[in-house]
Amino acid sequence: MKKKSKSVVSYNKWGYIFLIPFVVVFIVFQLIPLISTVYYSFFTYYEDGLDVIGPKPNGINNYIALFSAKKEGEMNFMIGLKNTMIMWILGFIPQIILSLLFAAWFSDPSLRLKGQRFFKTVIYLPNLIMASAFSMLFFTLFSTVGPVNDILKSLGIIKESYDFMAHTGSVRGLVAFMNCLMWFGNTTILLLAGMMGIDPALFEAAEVDGATARQVFWRITMPILKPILIYVVITSLIGGLQMFDVPQILTNTKGSPNNTATTLIMFLNRHLYSKNYGMGGALSVILFFITAILSLVVFKFSGNSDKYGKK
Amino acid sequence: MQVNMVQEKQIGGVKARRTFSYVILTLTSIFCLIWFYILLINSTRSHGELTKGFTPIPSIHLFENLNNAFHSTQPILRGMLNSVIVAVCTAALSVYFSAMTAYAIHAYEFKLKKAIFTTILAIMMIPTQVTALGFLRLIDKMGMKNSFLPLIIPGIAAPIVFFYMKQYMESTLPMELLEAARIDGAGEIRIFNTIVMPLMVPAMAVQAIFSFVASWNNYFIPALVLEKEKKTLPILIAELRGADFLKFDMGVVYATISFSIFPVIVMYLILSKYIVGGLAAGSVKG
Repeated sequence: MKKKSKSVVSYNKWGYIFLIPFVVVFIVFQLIPLISTVYYSFFTYYEDGLDVIGPKPNGINNYIALFSAKKEGEMNFMIGLKNTMIMWILGFIPQIILSLLFAAWFSDPSLRLKGQRFFKTVIYLPNLIMASAFSMLFFTLFSTVGPVNDILKSLGIIKESYDFMAHTGSVRGLVAFMNCLMWFGNTTILLLAGMMGIDPALFEAAEVDGATARQVFWRITMPILKPILIYVVITSLIGGLQMFDVPQILTNTKGSPNNTATTLIMFLNRHLYSKNYGMGGALSVILFFITAILSLVVFKFSGNSDKYGKK
Repeated sequence: MQVNMVQEKQIGGVKARRTFSYVILTLTSIFCLIWFYILLINSTRSHGELTKGFTPIPSIHLFENLNNAFHSTQPILRGMLNSVIVAVCTAALSVYFSAMTAYAIHAYEFKLKKAIFTTILAIMMIPTQVTALGFLRLIDKMGMKNSFLPLIIPGIAAPIVFFYMKQYMESTLPMELLEAARIDGAGEIRIFNTIVMPLMVPAMAVQAIFSFVASWNNYFIPALVLEKEKKTLPILIAELRGADFLKFDMGVVYATISFSIFPVIVMYLILSKYIVGGLAAGSVKG
């Protein structure tokens, strides 16, 4: 395919010319900000009222301060990480189960499900909803005077209104539930694309041998799907680490009760809002490294998925 | 005889599994939609009716609630206009320049090609949040605070859109076509704009929808950049949550939420064929 004639060579400078917009915008709006974020993370630099303190170099003190335990109810990195992970896992487990189940059903020729397009359209819908409006909606629906409490009371399940926003379990549960609702459709379609790529001859052979649907799923589908599954888990984890809109608005920026629903990005947002550039920088750098490591893992596995994913 | 029994058993099993999957799918669909149904119903009810408890039957106050929402302290009409401006410009820049970047990598052979391609893939996963601090400092220094520009221009460098375009080009853009255009004496920019772009329309449409929705829903960065009359819808919604909620007319609260959610739902239902199909097409290699 690679014919190198003289004329082709002379056109090739256009490759660089067409790359200029991307490269310039990337350098100005992502690379320079990234470098300055790393730079500020080694300084004491914050605004206190109208006074600007710093910038004063302080080595890795911001990083130490980020991890050090503070008084009851105050935020630090480990609390944020714990909250974020708990809410991610609570949402991800039902999400992956539903997605695997639905993708298996949609791709199963012997089931011949009708209305697939309708179901796919419906389950993908929550993914496109404005997360802030969706959270506001859930807040009003689950408030003490909201319809969910009304319905539960009229069914006789509870006598008094339950304050969903005042309990750690219910706030985390709601955040996880919303995340699951918003993302399981997306995951289903990803897994479905992977399952559709599996050679149908494998299923036919299994059917001839009298394998049950369960055996086909665990012995054929799952092993072939492994690279895509790893991709799904890790990209979802990267997305989970960025969890912000839903808990921020559901708890009115407070992560209440008592910072048990404050995620890492909410913590970062507080530093950005109060203009504490040193601490915000340190937190950003740690998040950057975690994401970078996870991305590398994806990179490694998405190379493998080519073998099966592509026809 | 035995073969028959096995077959019958399998057919019976398939029927049971099919029924089971329909039941679960239907229940899940209801769980996906019920929130929007309640939202729609409650948007049609007055504050007085809403305080009496929930009923599944719509009332007649939708336009009254919407009208009150438009004239409340929250400038949601202006917010929607702002959101539309930002989202449309971001989507337009994003698809045009991503196609251009993809074309550079696809159609030319040059020394740094592989290095640049790998770099773009590597930065695909970096979340905007981790560079937000430096980004805010930078736009402060550039005098772009409280402007739409810092939200729109970064759309030019969108690795995920680029990647989708690149995949699409590999399957639809024959190099012979470009050679033929060159022999006819067309310049490279002209070739890109008049020959490549029309071929890319289906891919650009899908990615324009996703860019639009992503920008429309974006809250983190806009909330730190925009102030006063420049605020977009998600920021206004967040403020609604911050206000003393119980003093509000609940009909207006529901109408405001509806106003920010239903335009996207309507758009999605009209375009769903392309969205759901486009997702699967670009997703396998991710």
